[in-house]
Amino acid sequence: MRKMNFAQAINEGIKNEMRRDPNVFLMGEDVKFGVFGVTAGLIDEFGEERVRDTPITEEAIAGGAVGAAAAGSRPIAEIMFIDFSTVAMDQIVNQAAKMRYMFGGKIKLPITFRTMAGAGISAAAQHSQSLEAWFTHVPGLKVVFPATPKDALGLIISSIRDDNPVLFIEHKLLYATEGEVPDENEPIPLGVADVKRPGKDVTIVATGFMVHKALQASEELSKEGVEAEVVDPRTLFPLDKETIYNSIKKTHKVVLVTEEVKRGAWSGELAADIAEEVFDSLKAPVKRIGALNTPIPFSAPLEKYVIPNEVDIINAVKSIV
Amino acid sequence: MAEISEEKLLWMYRRMVTIRNFEEKASELFYKGELPGFVHLSLGQEAVPVGTCANLTDQDHITSTHRGHGDIIAKGADVKRMFAELYGRTTGYCKGFGGSMHICDYSIGIIGANGIVGAGLPIATGSALAQKVLGTNNVTICFFGDGASNQGTFHESVNIASIWKLPAVYVCENNQYAVSTPAAYSVSVRDISERAKAYGIPGVTVDGCDVMAVYEATKEAIGRARRGEGPSLIECKTYRWHGHFEGEEALGWTYRSKEEIEEWKKKDPIPKFENELKSRNILDDEKIKAIWDEIKNEIEEAVKFAKESPLPEPEDVLKNIYAGGE
Repeated sequence: MRKMNFAQAINEGIKNEMRRDPNVFLMGEDVKFGVFGVTAGLIDEFGEERVRDTPITEEAIAGGAVGAAAAGSRPIAEIMFIDFSTVAMDQIVNQAAKMRYMFGGKIKLPITFRTMAGAGISAAAQHSQSLEAWFTHVPGLKVVFPATPKDALGLIISSIRDDNPVLFIEHKLLYATEGEVPDENEPIPLGVADVKRPGKDVTIVATGFMVHKALQASEELSKEGVEAEVVDPRTLFPLDKETIYNSIKKTHKVVLVTEEVKRGAWSGELAADIAEEVFDSLKAPVKRIGALNTPIPFSAPLEKYVIPNEVDIINAVKSIV
Repeated sequence: MAEISEEKLLWMYRRMVTIRNFEEKASELFYKGELPGFVHLSLGQEAVPVGTCANLTDQDHITSTHRGHGDIIAKGADVKRMFAELYGRTTGYCKGFGGSMHICDYSIGIIGANGIVGAGLPIATGSALAQKVLGTNNVTICFFGDGASNQGTFHESVNIASIWKLPAVYVCENNQYAVSTPAAYSVSVRDISERAKAYGIPGVTVDGCDVMAVYEATKEAIGRARRGEGPSLIECKTYRWHGHFEGEEALGWTYRSKEEIEEWKKKDPIPKFENELKSRNILDDEKIKAIWDEIKNEIEEAVKFAKESPLPEPEDVLKNIYAGGE
């Protein structure tokens, strides 16, 4: 096993794929450094043709990836903050997601859109959002959201190898977190969830940085004799409902926790599916935790208040066990 | 050289000195760990907003960017309320909700700083549209950078302002870099003002380190706009002495040589203007020192005010999402 942090794991995965497949190239703003260093060093190995700094021009980055993919490349296009995806939405939603379908299956668009999401560094309303629900809502896109270095490494490899447009979301608070990764760079398949902590009393489904808050909450709950099972979907679409449902069939209680604004969140979709498809296994209503329905405020006490924390998770669990 | 009153010249000098001291203090506070979030400073660029805003009234509008402290101070913002916002206090311009990148003060025509590069362009254009529709005599200035000149929003905004002859002036603060990417690499023409041709509007490049040059060029453009002759593009070549954001060196971001920074520092707009005002007998060393002392004190008071101001209550987060409540 090797030890590396989340940013290094993604760097390792991209490097692996760029060495393996000459059609893979990277473009985005400031990728020669990478915000938080994710793509640092790649330009030294692969050169300017395959590691391209772009002007500030999200629509051309996203659209350029679409065209390059259609023409036979395998681009990794970075939209620096998920908040900036708004500037590129037509190319992501109307073009990347739909071209294969509209053309009767004639082409494939093997694009990886990498982007950074999440709050907690006082970056304010336009640099802190969790917008995954917008993209899981669009048929034609896949959405990946790893929470550990090991998952990031395996999933970035699979995302790049996938022949579809994949949105690979990196929570900004995870970059410095360390973890063990396998000695060999191996893909982790998309659409496979991971039980991060086994337990018998309640299922907690958490995504991104919330996985870590859920694990901490579980430690606290364990002291009080409640054993929570933490399930990390890792891929939001395609979603491994089987693993989630197997857990619910065991515990009969479920709490969903994401950092998304609760209204209209991806977690609402999952809650509806659970109510529809495993109702008989439930002994309590599905509990859902999300951020307050506000833009992310700047001032520290406000930001802290808006984002879900361990106490919210503990209280939600206690309300149903 | 147009006729310009001593009062106005001194206003311009004082505003530049205020920006300089504000930004230096912000940097100092950032490195002390007192300012949360991102801080993007405009040290070295003072002449651009000051030269421009010297032609404006409180009713004229400006949009600004993530690097907006200088633009906002030039438009008349109060440094106390600015520091309070940077500290996230309720006495800040946005009551702590926005932070450095999102300051606004509609009472003096600052319709918002923006964290999305290029987003201010359509907004400024819209403001100019409103001025035309409402029949006011007001002008809207859009401050934007070399980075934003490559965004689709620049092209769409300038095109529509041109066809509708909107009272807008697009002032490009070309500080040679967009985050870590040089304008020499990312901009397809040597001078951004050349892009004006593509949209059928006047465009000119000026020395952004010369406040009088900026003043003259924007005066002409603003006059055109007020007379209903449509928009203009003014490119000001300038330079930011600090990085894209404070603390980038710690992340290993070095993309500018020390020599280049030193070359541009020699073009410091403040001593340049001091010499001009000395030659007109408006300033001497004693007066200069008095002004700097006064402004340094004002900045100290502003920081004190900010630090003594209350933080917002967590429950405040639910306020102001919708006008008139949900």
